[in-house]
Amino acid sequence: MTEAPLVPADERREGAFATLRRGLRMMPEFRRGLPVTFALALLATAGRVVVPIAVQQVIDRGLAGGDPDLDVVTRLVLLCAVVVLITAVAVYLMNVRLFRTTETALAALRVRAFRHVHDLSVLHQQGERRGSLVSRVTSDVDQLSTFMQWGGVLGLISVGQLVVATVVMTVYSWQLTLLVLVCFIPLAIAVRWFAQRLATAYGVVRERVGDVLGAVAESVVGAPTVRAYGVGARTAARIDGAIDRQYRAQVDAQKVTAAVFVSGEFVAALANAAVVVVGVLLGLAGDITAGTLVAFLFLVTLFVAPVQTASEVLNEAQNAVAGFRRVLDVLDTDPDVRDPATAAPETVRELPPGPLGVRFDAVSFRYAPGAPMALDGVALTIPPRLRVAVVGETGSGKTTFAKLVTRLMDPVDGQVLLGSDAEGWVPLEEVAFSSLRSRVVMVPQDGFLFDATVADNVRYGRPGMTDEEVATAFDELELGAWVAGLEDGVRTPVGQRGESLSSGERQLVAVARAYVADPDLLVLDEATSAVDPATEQRLTRALDRLTDGRTTLTIAHRLSTAERADEVLVVDAGHVVQRGTHAELVDADGRYARLHASWRRSSTGAPATTG
Amino acid sequence: MARRRDAVVRRGLRHVGRGIVEQPGMFTLAVVASSIYGAMTVASAYVIGEITDRVLLPSFADGATTAAALSLAAAAIIGVALLKIVGILGRRLFAGIMSYRLQADYRRRVTRQYLRLPLSWHQRHPTGQLLSNANSDVEAAWFFVAPLPFAVGALVMIAITVVALFLTDPLIALVGLVVFPLVFLVNVVYSQVMSPRMQRAQQLRAEVSEIAHESFDAALVVKTLGRETAETERFGARAEELRDGLVAVGRVRGLFDPMMEALPNLGTLAVLLIGAGRVADGSTDAGSLVSIAYLFTLLALPIRAIGWVLADLPRALAGFDRVTPVLEATGETRYGPESAAPAPGGAAVGVAGVDFSFGDAARPTLRDVTFDVRAGTTVAVVGPTGSGKSTLAGLLVRLVDPADGTVLLDGVDVRRLKEGEVSGRAAFVAQGTFLFDDTVRGNVTLDPAEGSAFTDDEVWAALRVAAADEFVAALPGGLDTRVGERGATLSGGQRQRLALARAVVRRPRLLVLDDATSAVDPSVEARILDALRDSDEPATVVVIAYRQATISLADEVVWLENGQVLARGTHEQLLDEVPGYAALVRAYSQAEVPA
Repeated sequence: MTEAPLVPADERREGAFATLRRGLRMMPEFRRGLPVTFALALLATAGRVVVPIAVQQVIDRGLAGGDPDLDVVTRLVLLCAVVVLITAVAVYLMNVRLFRTTETALAALRVRAFRHVHDLSVLHQQGERRGSLVSRVTSDVDQLSTFMQWGGVLGLISVGQLVVATVVMTVYSWQLTLLVLVCFIPLAIAVRWFAQRLATAYGVVRERVGDVLGAVAESVVGAPTVRAYGVGARTAARIDGAIDRQYRAQVDAQKVTAAVFVSGEFVAALANAAVVVVGVLLGLAGDITAGTLVAFLFLVTLFVAPVQTASEVLNEAQNAVAGFRRVLDVLDTDPDVRDPATAAPETVRELPPGPLGVRFDAVSFRYAPGAPMALDGVALTIPPRLRVAVVGETGSGKTTFAKLVTRLMDPVDGQVLLGSDAEGWVPLEEVAFSSLRSRVVMVPQDGFLFDATVADNVRYGRPGMTDEEVATAFDELELGAWVAGLEDGVRTPVGQRGESLSSGERQLVAVARAYVADPDLLVLDEATSAVDPATEQRLTRALDRLTDGRTTLTIAHRLSTAERADEVLVVDAGHVVQRGTHAELVDADGRYARLHASWRRSSTGAPATTG
Repeated sequence: MARRRDAVVRRGLRHVGRGIVEQPGMFTLAVVASSIYGAMTVASAYVIGEITDRVLLPSFADGATTAAALSLAAAAIIGVALLKIVGILGRRLFAGIMSYRLQADYRRRVTRQYLRLPLSWHQRHPTGQLLSNANSDVEAAWFFVAPLPFAVGALVMIAITVVALFLTDPLIALVGLVVFPLVFLVNVVYSQVMSPRMQRAQQLRAEVSEIAHESFDAALVVKTLGRETAETERFGARAEELRDGLVAVGRVRGLFDPMMEALPNLGTLAVLLIGAGRVADGSTDAGSLVSIAYLFTLLALPIRAIGWVLADLPRALAGFDRVTPVLEATGETRYGPESAAPAPGGAAVGVAGVDFSFGDAARPTLRDVTFDVRAGTTVAVVGPTGSGKSTLAGLLVRLVDPADGTVLLDGVDVRRLKEGEVSGRAAFVAQGTFLFDDTVRGNVTLDPAEGSAFTDDEVWAALRVAAADEFVAALPGGLDTRVGERGATLSGGQRQRLALARAVVRRPRLLVLDDATSAVDPSVEARILDALRDSDEPATVVVIAYRQATISLADEVVWLENGQVLARGTHEQLLDEVPGYAALVRAYSQAEVPA
């Protein structure tokens, strides 16, 4: 579903310049004050040719004749020194401007990408891809920033230096300039090929780094399993294999880099030799002076340096551009579930006040094109204030149902509406997220907790609550005894991802968080599956009492929920196959009766039949 | 402050030394290559000087030259360049290998620690941090090694230059004596000013990354409560701090770069100024002046290599400082000498006076827990949410060690058992299932790549017991199907069944199930327990569960509340005697809605 737009950018064959153009379009901050920065860059590069000119002047004005005019030399050198200092100041100012602009632009890019990722449903649909999304707003942007600090400035000055050196060389001798350019033509042609080799080599390195991270992650995330089964050696062997492969890829890439670098050096030597030979011949013909020729040799070093720098920066630049492209690709991925408040403000409608009912209008959904329908043409209406239990076997479509009601996904076909017959029905996709999320709240099975206190996590549902109010909320949910047993009551820290609490306790906090959000429609998706039965019963009874007059949708495989609900929906293979009260359905001798009997047996003692 | 700066340089040099000591061969090769490069760079300047003196100026003065002189000049330039290229190739390759070897080596050491250190250590360290310790921190620690031989070569070059300068003209040599130490000084000051800023930037980067990790992990909560904007503000605030930190780093670098460029340029100009006078009074010749000026131009780059190494040292130290605690962490699980002869049948389990606390929590998770499980029996551990059941399960298979008291397996303190003894006897299936990025077979057998301890028949038998045979048979590659990272291609119930098959296939003498059957049908659960118990030598089973069907399969029930064992007995006894127990297991029977 969301697979296609997030294809690794490397496969998309977009040129570096196309990426930069796309990036600049998306990052107006980049362009701010750029003319001044470029002017400074020009000044900075101009200062670099001062030394060769000074050498030429000193040789021609003094040394070549055998009787140097020391006054002229002194004035000249001092003037050049001033220019060198001015250049240094210009470079400093340019650097600072450039750093400030790029870092500001990159920070903005980072934050925008972060916000955008939260809008992509891939984030909660495919948990295993979260890691790569994290690197979009961290390492990819970091790489760009590091590149700008190291290579970016260097690259900018290098290009300028190349241009200025060529101009000054042409002024001194167009013939020799032509000669130097001819020497570099093969290199210019080869650069493309080199760039490809480098890209391939470093592409392999990146892949190997990913493999190492994957292998290391197993030893960290799977530590309990590795320990319990005593398979440390097996895991170690795997990690070592991945590390060795990364090492070999790095050495291979280094070979390519070294080859690219020395080819520049070799061409430079050729150019120097050619300049000496042709220069002397030109000098004998009276076209140039000795000073000009020597200065030219200095200028060639100025010409060569950017070429070498470029070969050095080339690879980093490619990495940075690839990272840039990945970030831009995320920003260019349209959220599959759009907030009408930003996508189409003119269509936004308000939800009617008061309790909300749910209506499914021939709703179908599938997780991927070609996959079987997870829900197939479901049509039903749940009036407001009803407590509905949704039951069915694993994979029957219960959770899909919950995700469509809360608009975590949009149906492939049909429409989901909220409201009531009295107040009218509003299609979900026309409700602004800000309004929808305050009225409709879902508690998922894995209620993620932040690394903060219990109270902080509950407050997440309603910012501004005091610790005392949070404690009261727990009391209302009949969880006061549990809170009292915590080390520091509601001020107890829950640790990373809430891991200081057991999974059942985490669910208690997640339910409290949704309760304080005070929604008109509460959706519980296996929200208490790890809580002990006695606590669960107390909690759900309390919730029933507290949410009286609201609509609740509960998905559970513990059928105690269904026994208590006003109405039960039985889902099977994407269809609602039964609907009615618990009593009616038990008598009906259908799917529900069988499910319920099996659950009764397992939860009330009678061992299930074997086989 | 000054003391701390000194410390950075001292520690930095020690860190450099560590790298050299660990890779002496590659370092030597790289330095030799780099010295060749350095010597040839100086030589190329002298070649230019000599050519100026012997070919250029005479030709221009005489108006004539010889083909021999010109080809000799060209040959000299190209010859020196070729030697220089050999130096560059060697330097780059050997320095690269040195840096990559150090990285690979430290990655191995760090990950070995991950496997060695106890779970309590793992619980104290976030996953993201451990991943970056093994990856980016190790890279940061040894990245500077790549330009190190270049820098050493540059030092050689400077030494040659200073000697050559004195041989040519002592007065001009003074310029070198001023410029080179100045360059060095600027570098040292730079690395000291940079160090704290760099560390702060790295720290902020880590914090930005932590927020991103947490926020994306919480995606479902963020979305369902509509808190995207608040999350973006939280992330944005830290991102802006990072931006300011990076601008502060950039400002220092922005000042350093032009200084490093201006110094050799000013040196060249000074050489011209003094040199012109010396040539005028005949102390030296024009060729020498040209070669010295040229040399200053050429030296600019290698000298900066010294700067690169120094500039990268703070980052390297910061990286190394994050890796060191991992390498130096102690408390790895220690194993004893005992390896009791494998007795047939189930293992006897004893828990005596066990206390356990997480980290430095004042309230213990388990308090004075004592009970025993007779060989071949099944015990259910039951208790309210948060009573310490999972912790107890981990203790039985020695995932953690108690703060006080002992856990006995076959009458032996598990801490006295040899490595591999506990995992050889006991199998543990956790609440959350973990699958490796491997095939179905690999996930069940957990064998090394070569040679399996289990036949395919045994694997299929285990899958059958865990009711996983049908879906595995339907997979495109059967047992050879890869399950993806963390078993991403399978559903939760399928993952749990594979984890159960993994335990069953080993025919463990002790099986510990931590609410591990919640996603499977009760009949599957009964079948697994039957298979383990109905053999001639029944395994001992400790099961943590809420389901009455599961509990009623147990010979004995241990009632855990607030980390303490408050009652033991059969299911019926506890129903009669312990009101809390009865309330918990009967919760559903009592919840019948009035008709």
